[in-house]
This record gives sequence, C-alpha cells and structure tokens, in this order.
Amino acid sequence: MDLLNAIVAMANFVFLPAISYGSQLALGALGVTLIYGILRFSNFAHGDTMAFGAMATILFTWFLQSLGVSLGPLPTALLALPVGIAATALLVLAVDRLVYKFYREQKAAPVILVIVSMGVMFVMNGLVRFIIGVDDQRFADGARFIITAREFKEKTGLQEGLAIKSTAMLTVVVAVIVVAILFWFLNRTRTGKSMRAFSDNEDLALLSGINPERVVMITWIIVAGLATIAGVLYGLDKSFKPFTYFQLLLPIFASAIVGGLGNPIGAIAGGFVIAFSEVTITYAFKKVAGYVIPAWEPDGLVQLLSTDYKFAVSFAILIIVLLFRPTGLFRGKAL
Amino acid sequence: MTLTPRDMALFVIVFALIAATGFFQSWNVALGILNMGLISAIMALGVNMQWGYAGLFNIGVMGFVALGGLGAVVVSMPPVGEAWAAGGLRVVLALITGAVAIAAAAFAWRRLPKGAARAAILVAMLVVGFFLFRWLFDPAVASIEKINPAISGYLGGLGLPVLFAWPVGAVLAAGAAWVVGKTALGLRSDYLAIATLGIAEIIIAVLKNEDWLSRGVKNVIGIPRPVPYEIDLQNSESFVTRMTNWGYDPVIASSITVKLAYTGLFLAVLLILLWLSQAALNSPWGRMMRAIRDNEVAAEAMGKDVTARHLQIFILGSAVCGLAGAMMTTLDGQLTPASYQPLRFTFLVWVMVIVGGSGNNFGAVLGGFLIWYLWIMVEPFGLFLIQGITAGMSDGYWLKDHLLDSAAHMRLFTMGLILLLVLRFSPRGLIPER
Repeated sequence: MDLLNAIVAMANFVFLPAISYGSQLALGALGVTLIYGILRFSNFAHGDTMAFGAMATILFTWFLQSLGVSLGPLPTALLALPVGIAATALLVLAVDRLVYKFYREQKAAPVILVIVSMGVMFVMNGLVRFIIGVDDQRFADGARFIITAREFKEKTGLQEGLAIKSTAMLTVVVAVIVVAILFWFLNRTRTGKSMRAFSDNEDLALLSGINPERVVMITWIIVAGLATIAGVLYGLDKSFKPFTYFQLLLPIFASAIVGGLGNPIGAIAGGFVIAFSEVTITYAFKKVAGYVIPAWEPDGLVQLLSTDYKFAVSFAILIIVLLFRPTGLFRGKAL
Repeated sequence: MTLTPRDMALFVIVFALIAATGFFQSWNVALGILNMGLISAIMALGVNMQWGYAGLFNIGVMGFVALGGLGAVVVSMPPVGEAWAAGGLRVVLALITGAVAIAAAAFAWRRLPKGAARAAILVAMLVVGFFLFRWLFDPAVASIEKINPAISGYLGGLGLPVLFAWPVGAVLAAGAAWVVGKTALGLRSDYLAIATLGIAEIIIAVLKNEDWLSRGVKNVIGIPRPVPYEIDLQNSESFVTRMTNWGYDPVIASSITVKLAYTGLFLAVLLILLWLSQAALNSPWGRMMRAIRDNEVAAEAMGKDVTARHLQIFILGSAVCGLAGAMMTTLDGQLTPASYQPLRFTFLVWVMVIVGGSGNNFGAVLGGFLIWYLWIMVEPFGLFLIQGITAGMSDGYWLKDHLLDSAAHMRLFTMGLILLLVLRFSPRGLIPER
C-alpha cells in the first residue's frame, strides 16, 4: 500500500507535470529546430513569438467569451486558436519580408541572423507588452480537473491523491495531434518533402526546381502555428505573463540542442529529457521517501536542488550533451 | 588611430543631447544619465572586446555584471561576526569540498583509461562529493540565515573601502568566465550563446537564493560610498556658505556635487580602460585577435593557439563587465538581485555595441552613451508622442487610457527598431572598425 502511495505521489507531482511541461517544451523546440533546419539560424525571438501568439489567442478568446461562446468543458481558447495562429503567421511573414529576407539574399553569416533575431525579439517583446501589458492574464475556462485529488482518494482509498488537470491532459492530446500532423506533412506531402530536401542540401534542392521562397514561407507559417499552440498551452496550464515566455527560451533551446538541432524527433525527445530532469531534480522527495522507507525520517526536504535552480538543470544537461555528443542525442546538423 | 571629425561630431551630438536634458529638465537627471552612460560605456567596451576583437558571442553579460555587484558587497559591507561564528568556516569548508570534488572528477577523467569504469568512478566521485557538500553546507547556511534575518542573516563582507571592490568584482567575473570558457568556448557560436545565456541565469538564481552570501531577494542596502553623503554636505557649514555665496541652493548643490564626484571616478576608469583597449587593439596582440576572428583556420595554420586566445579575451571582456557591475552597484548603493533582467543587462549592452560600431572602442563608448540616453529618454518622448496622438480622443475613452498606460513599454520596441535599422542600413555601426 505504501509503495502504491509513493507511486501515486510521484505520478501526481513528477510525471504528470513533467509530461505536460515536456509537451510544451517539445512544441517550442520543434519551432526552433525547424527554423534552424530551413533558415539556418537560432531564432532568439521564438519565446516572444510564442508570447505574441498566446496574446492574439487570448484577445480573441476574451472576445468570444464576451459573446457568450464556450466549448463546455474545454477551454474557449481552442476555438480562438486558429485566429491566433493566423495573426502570428501574418506577423512572422511580415517580419521575414521586412527583416530576414534581406540577410538571406546577402547570404549573411548565421551569427548575424542571430543578432538580427535579437532585434526582432526586442520588437516583439515591446509589442506584446504594449498591447496586453506585463501583468498575469487569466483566460482559461471550462472544467479545471478531470479527476480531483479528493475524488481519487475516495475512489481508491489511498492516502495520496492524484489530480489530473484538464489543461495538462489537453496539452498532451493537442501536442500528440500536432506532432502527428507535422510528421505526416514533412514525410508524406510534396511540400513537406521539398522542405526536408531544402534542409538537407540547399543547392541540390534549388537545382531540382524547389522554390526557396515558398519553402521559407511555409516554414514560417508552420513555426507560427507551433509557437502559438505551445504558447497557448503553456498559458492555459500555468498563466500568461509575457516575461515568462522570454525565460522559456533557455529550456526550449536546451531541448532542441540536446535532441540535435534541426532534427524534429530530437526536439521532442529533448523536450521530455529537459522537462523530466527539471521536475525530478527540483522535486522534494520527502513524502515519497517516507512511503518507501517508513523507518527513515528525513529532516530535510530530500530535494536535490531548490526549484529556483531549474535553469541550472537545463543548463547542466545542455553542457554535458554538448561536451560528450556535440550533435545531440539524435544526430542533428552540425553547421 | 585617431578620431575623424565625423566621429568627434557624433560624440559632441550625444553630449549635447545629455546637456540639453540638463538645461531643459534638471542637471540632476542629466548627471544621472551621464553616470550610467559611463558605466554602460565600460560594459560596452567589455562586450566589444569579446565580439568586436574576437567574434565571441557572449549573451551572459548580465551574469558577469551581477557578479561584479556581488564583489561590491563582499568587499565593502562590514562582516557579521556572529554569522561567521555560527557557520562561516563550515560554509567555506563546504565550498572547498565541492570544488575539490569537481577538480578530482576532472582529474580522474583526464588520467584514467577510457571505458565504463572511468564513467562509473566519475559519477561516484561527483555523487559522493555532492552529498558531502550538502551535508556540510545545509546546516551551516541554516544557522547563518537564522542570525538576525531582518538586518543581516548573511556573512557580510570584509569591510574594506568600496573602491577595492571594483577590481575584486572584475576578478570574480573573470573567475566565472574562466569556468564558462573552459567548458563552452570550443562550441559553435550559437551554442556558446545559449551556454552563456544559461550561466547568466544561474548566477542570478544563486544571488537570489543564497541568502548567506547576498541576502537574496532581501537585498543588501547601504553599501558604503567612495564619495561623501549629501546629508553630510548639507550639514557642513563651509559647503553651505560656499554654495550660498555662489548663488546655488545647498540641497540641490549637494546632490550635484555627489554625482559629479562619481562622474570623476567613472570617467577616470573609462579613460584608463579606453587607453588600455586602444593600446591592446593596435598592438600585435590586437592584430592577432582580429586575424583569428576573421579566419580561424588560417590563424591556426600560422601557429596561433585559437582556443587559448579565445579563453584569454573571454576572461578579459567578462572582467571588464564585472568591473562595470561593481561600479554600478557602488553607484546604486545596493545590490538587488531581482532587478537583473537579461533584456536590460545583456541585450541592451549588445545594442550599444552594434549601434556604436563593433570592433571599434570609441564606437562602443559612443554606443554606450547614446543608447543609455535613449533608454531613459524614450519613455518621456513616447508619452509625449502618445499624448499627441490621443489628443483628439475624448477623455476616458478606453483606447486613450490603454495607449497612455502602455507608453512606458515603448522603450523595448524602440531599442529593437534601432538595432534592426542599424543592422540593415549601417551594419558596421556609427563609428565603424578601421
């Protein structure tokens, strides 16, 4: 019984949060990795693209809520998602046309593009703050839990409760659907194949008559979609605050690099590696330890690192992977 | 290298802008901008060494600046005797244990033959070291933080004059840079960028959470000053009579005197650094650095040790950022770890370097002054602009209120726009490298 309690406690405080956080990171990392694969630079504006997408979705969600539209148990934000994606796609396409296109035609060094993306990051960050402000925004509605801790305890008779947040479940389901569509698109459609060809060998792709500007445009649209979905899911699961999206940049890049930059499967794996390590290492195991070894009464929290050091975890994994396997777990590009 | 008339004119324009603030607003504000401009210029010099001379993409400036600030605390605050008695030595012992464990692991990694055994030994060493460290560290920290948490709750500093803190801040930053450089410098530019971004966040997390060291989010306030306090000047009879004779209000005059004293100190540091940087850039060493930047392979073929040189300049540049950080904490008189934001302390410095002209020390200095001036002044200008735009709307209309509230967020947008415009139309900056 005690062991079961320990497992439930672990599931409640480690597995479930890590799975939803990992899905959000994976979606973010997919965006970063696609930009890297096709446009060949690290996009520092990605966190703020996510914030912009989430913001556009939130604004439309509020509009729908004011009309009285709702999805019942599901959050209204799902209905607003296409509008958010469209707005974000328009923004990134405009940015590409106004900013990145010039450097692409010049064949500028990747590091210049990274600095350019820093400028874009500033602009997008300013734009989001300008439109929606810096405060926490709540936009989640619908059912809060699929199972609350109390219901779980009553049904199973265990001491530990397992609360399944509906947003966490939604995150996982949406992420699976999005990833399935993305891989189907990349592997089965003509456009997706042309994108992969372009990523593998630009010159050969050009010789085969692939239109580079079209590939770039489709990439940006997909990235806008991924970023918006990741941003909205993160905002539903936690809360929307522009600054936290900027801070997601580090774990997202860590995920993409750990998995292998430019490799979509790697991005997903990396997202979960980072999320699980962060949550596990910063979790206080006192309760679990108490169940597993009843005789042991730890006086501390049995926590390896305090929660505030979660950056240190992503960072440490990143460094270890880079030192021992510089191309990432799933061979990415080493440009 | 000398300044061309055009460069001179740019400097004159920037100083005229700052002076205009003095004439139209107040000299207090203008001197405030000038002082932070001097510090920004030093930070920009540091980043310019790394990026402009050597092409290293460091976006962890914030971490090194914060470490400099920690230097100011550690050197100048009076020591807390009780805290040292309660657990000071044990903390030191714990830190030494941790360092020894890591060093031993690194040594084992180098000396032992490859294979699973080596990995196992390495992991075992690190795990044992970690738990030994925590066993020593946790009780000591708890007892230190228990002592008078409202006022101290930390070890305090050495109680030395704060000017010593400036080189110490530089040394702390250099030490951190050595560790980062040793691990991350062999990496590609964008990997190095992510690694430095991460290390900066970790340094801030340490400052926020290790209360025994920096009081964390409780902040260290009242760091001693290298210049007199306003209140002492106002109480000094000779100062008051002199200022009254000259026709100034003693209260305003006292704060301006203090600011001018800081200006003098900062200006001295900036001029020395600028002179050193110019000498270094024009020496064979500087030419070698630029050669490495422009073509690593060719430089290596000429027998230059690229990795060692990169490490060297990474440490030097970070030390300059640490120096600026210590100076800034001295100017503020307090260390507030929560106020370190990457957009302000890393990316803004990058905007300074790019806009001013990377690879040119005078450009970086100019960029420091100009961008800091704009960072401060965009807010009032933005508000003015928005007031103009919304003048036609009736009071209480939601859009008007929203726009007026949001005017404060214009500065990030403007900085991004300036960076993009400079990169597009004048990619080598206002004073390009020659």
